[in-house]
Amino acid sequence: MATNMNHRIRRHSLKGLHFFGLFSAMMVLCVPGLWIVLNSFRPTVEIMAKPPVWIPNELNLDHYRAMFGGIGEGGVPVLTYFTNSLIISVTSTVIAILIGMAGGYAFARYKFKFKGGVFVALMVTRAVPGVALSLPLFIIFARVGIIDTHLGMVMAYVALNVPFTIWLIDGFFRQVPPELAEAAEIDGCTRWQAFWRVEFPVARSGIASAGIFAFLTSWNEYALASQLTRSTTSKTMPVGLLDFTSEFTLNWGGMCALAVLMIIPALILTFLVQKHLIAGLTFGGVKG
Amino acid sequence: MKRLKLPPWLVLLLPAIIILSAVVLIPLVFSLYSSFTSYRLTRPDSIFNWVGLFNYEKAVTDVKFWAAFGRTVLLLAVALNLEMLLGLGLALMVSKVTSGQRLLRTMMMFPMMFSPILVGFQFKFIFNDNVGLVNNALQSLGITDQAIPWLVDGNLAMFSIIFAEVWTATSVFGILILAGLYAIPRDPLEAAKVDGCTSLQSFRYVTLPFLMPFIYIAMAIRSLDVARAYDIVQIMTNGGPARRTELLWTLIGRTGYVDARMGYANAMGYISIFLAIFFTVYFFKKLTQSRRELGMGA
Repeated sequence: MATNMNHRIRRHSLKGLHFFGLFSAMMVLCVPGLWIVLNSFRPTVEIMAKPPVWIPNELNLDHYRAMFGGIGEGGVPVLTYFTNSLIISVTSTVIAILIGMAGGYAFARYKFKFKGGVFVALMVTRAVPGVALSLPLFIIFARVGIIDTHLGMVMAYVALNVPFTIWLIDGFFRQVPPELAEAAEIDGCTRWQAFWRVEFPVARSGIASAGIFAFLTSWNEYALASQLTRSTTSKTMPVGLLDFTSEFTLNWGGMCALAVLMIIPALILTFLVQKHLIAGLTFGGVKG
Repeated sequence: MKRLKLPPWLVLLLPAIIILSAVVLIPLVFSLYSSFTSYRLTRPDSIFNWVGLFNYEKAVTDVKFWAAFGRTVLLLAVALNLEMLLGLGLALMVSKVTSGQRLLRTMMMFPMMFSPILVGFQFKFIFNDNVGLVNNALQSLGITDQAIPWLVDGNLAMFSIIFAEVWTATSVFGILILAGLYAIPRDPLEAAKVDGCTSLQSFRYVTLPFLMPFIYIAMAIRSLDVARAYDIVQIMTNGGPARRTELLWTLIGRTGYVDARMGYANAMGYISIFLAIFFTVYFFKKLTQSRRELGMGA
């Protein structure tokens, strides 16, 4: 009886501990982000209130209205930054995916000398810290005359994304059995047709998630953008976020609103691909 | 006339090689060259002033450089290990839940959607000594009536940065380890139970070895962008107060752009590049090794 009782107590306390641990972990993961969202709807007076106001008296869209109306909140042209971010991210993603598909296909389907070495060399280019790379890029781009342009940023981001897209797409093509394409070739397709009609559709969703990964990297990148962009003609949103801090008073509400604007596309896209993303990272890596 | 025919794999890889040489390789060669000169942005002709190893000697004898170097290694060591352990704990807890796993997984992904610059900003706000969430909560609960200077005091600022860094990356480990937990075959675990292993033993000798490749994948992915901590530090403290949170990357940025001493900055940049490459190659090696142990790959 006693051991039975002991056992039951232990199981219940373990269950309680498990629930408590999980609950607090999720709190820590979610509360900081939700707090930013909440503050973007609160008037500045309430954010700065001492003692703090815990239950909001008033929620409004003032910060968003200020951000999109006129020249923007506190003179920060948020809308221009948003367009810049969108143009640069979309263009660089499309190019990176095309290059990545070619490269990933080469790694998945062909055997060649120094394959492992070439692969690690590609990954190593991704490991170069953005700041260290931005110094020479800044000088060279300034010489060539593409500093502070969309073209320069797109080139930088394509290079940044290519290694990782190759890695992911390689993993997805590996899961497509080579017999499929061979069968198509026997039936009279050229290699090119076999690729587009057979292999590409099978790996399509995986490629889409690699694309979203590339998009998010460009969308969120700061270290390179902060040096290669100088003015509103090419500044992206992560760099624009710092415009709020450069003034004497920090505009917390406006920053929160811009943060929400940055997070929404990321949120939607991540939800769309989360399943493929996990599969791609693990299988692309494990079965390599 | 014979047309030059390249092997197909080379043709397919060519675009990637071209763009990477243009944007990564050539700039790096240029920066290697300039690290041997006294190049200053303000005086363009100083690029031809060859000074040999002077910049490297200066970096190696500079106390500020070594302080930043040590701090960077410390940050990476503490943050990566903490992230791994917390991620493992998180994944184990989530995998034990019987219902609502989808929701929990989605919540776990939440920090992954934040760009480092946003994370930096978010925690700058949360740790703000005047209007921040942490101080507000501590004061409202009556734990302290003073404003704790989270980002102003050197040690507390370092703590805040590590907290922010761990917050973002724990879920990367958590998600990948969770995927590993789903992939573990049932048989060895049951065999271990039959043989009388305690749950701790079967975790140590069955589960953990199976998880190692997944942990190394997470480490390899993380090692590719550890330098993103630059974004977080840049916006949270900008290396301050009084250089107490100065990392290698912020030091390089400051020397290059603020002091305009590009040659010196590039020399330090090269040291940081080798640090990053070392981490990456190390984890990719570990990855292939642990794969081989499990008999999973060629």
